[in-house]
Amino acid sequence: MLRLVVDPVACDAFGFCAEVAPELIHLDEWGYPVIDGEVTRATKALAGQAVSMCPRRALSLRSST
Amino acid sequence: MSAIFPRRLLATVELGPSLDAHRRTHGPLTLPEGPSEVARGTLQRAMDAVGLTGRGGSHVQSSLKLAFAAQDRRPVVVVNATEGEPASGRAHALLLHAPHLVLDGAVVLASVLGARDIAIAVADDQDLQAHAVEVAIAERSERLRFSLERPPSRYVTGEESALVRFIDGGAALPTFRVERPSFGTIGRHRAIVHNLETMAQVGLLAAHGPRWFAEVGTGSERGTTLVTLSGAVRVPGVYEVPLGAPLGAALEMAGGLTAPVAAFQVGGYGGAWLGPNRVDVALDEPSLRSVGATLGAGSIVAVPATTCVLAEASLVVRWMAGESAGQCGPCVFGLPAVASDLELLAAGRARRTDVDRLKSRLEFIEGRGACRHPDGVVRFVRSLLSVVTAHVDAHLKGGRCAAGANAGCFPLPERVEVR
Ligand code: SF4
Ligand code: SF4
Repeated sequence: MLRLVVDPVACDAFGFCAEVAPELIHLDEWGYPVIDGEVTRATKALAGQAVSMCPRRALSLRSST
Repeated sequence: MSAIFPRRLLATVELGPSLDAHRRTHGPLTLPEGPSEVARGTLQRAMDAVGLTGRGGSHVQSSLKLAFAAQDRRPVVVVNATEGEPASGRAHALLLHAPHLVLDGAVVLASVLGARDIAIAVADDQDLQAHAVEVAIAERSERLRFSLERPPSRYVTGEESALVRFIDGGAALPTFRVERPSFGTIGRHRAIVHNLETMAQVGLLAAHGPRWFAEVGTGSERGTTLVTLSGAVRVPGVYEVPLGAPLGAALEMAGGLTAPVAAFQVGGYGGAWLGPNRVDVALDEPSLRSVGATLGAGSIVAVPATTCVLAEASLVVRWMAGESAGQCGPCVFGLPAVASDLELLAAGRARRTDVDRLKSRLEFIEGRGACRHPDGVVRFVRSLLSVVTAHVDAHLKGGRCAAGANAGCFPLPERVEVR
């Protein structure tokens, strides 16, 4: 299983990630991303897109153990 | 004030902090000849036999840290003596009264690990403690490099990754890590960081052996711990209690209560609350966890019923918001919002929906910082709301209490920024 991880130090609340992958990420009241659950096979490509779109390289995909 | 329980960590209180008094009390420190697997294995088994875990609040099994550090040929031993928790006097008590017990623990670890460097970190506003450490270091004859580090006095400085980063020449800011627990490095070497009480416990274990060590304590957690009692107690101060002693026994040591209590705040500003009838709760981590609390830095504040507990608590939360290291959005924006919500409630201007919003904010702030600072605030507020429900209801119905925060139960050190 994979999960999206936000590096909260790097993230600057640009919000691109939530725009690209609203199924996986929503923004809190201050514009910082909240990850919604695990990444499935169906959403893996989308998650990868969100990761590559992040201008701060704050997002990554990790295997959840 | 006579102690109900025999002192161990603070056994030298009446003799003074000298190395001589220390050795007369605890005996000579016999170290294994050079680092060896055998010596390390023996120490790890002794640690596990007495259930030694990190006393700084992490409760990581001490033997695990030791095993991990042993993967480095020359790890650096770090004593975390930064007293980030304002209501805890533990660092003060140990450094001024038993510095050599703390150093013994570090020396024992260094010896089984083959480490040459021992760093002792004392916050930069604690000159008295730093002086005590310098005096103690000067008395030691081991062929080790002792260094005194003075990180800035901030709440999050005591966070392990922040401390290691500071000693390594960086800023005293927490580092984001996906894998926990993980370990930082100093120079090219792994750091093994222990809170100073854990270090002193290692010193006791080495001096007296696991059997003696386990003579007091409870269940799998043996030995004693230091608690700092304040608020509505007759004789506030630092007391040594066996793990598993009931809260009531600790209060008795402090001369009992001076007023009816609204709630007990336990385990520091990132800790939790206990209702006034919880005096039978055992002071050990498993027992406290079972009631949603933690031993943390061992502080216990008896908040009297004559003050507004919500107002007192909101001062703490506002202070904690200011102690954010300013790196992570959910912490930087979330904590001030939570503080405002609580202030609204304390002022009697909140409605039920405001409390619901506060609770949902707690929900999503949790786990979203690089360090556990915001999680501590979440625990503090969540626990508060669940323990003083009647008081919350009264504020929702009848406005603010006449009391206000009149007791000033919680010390809130002013942080002086030097620019
Ligand atoms: S795109 Fe990157 S920087 Fe922007 S909110 Fe998402 S994680 Fe943060
Ligand atoms: S969670 Fe808060 S205190 Fe911790 S590193 Fe992030 S901003 Fe700093």
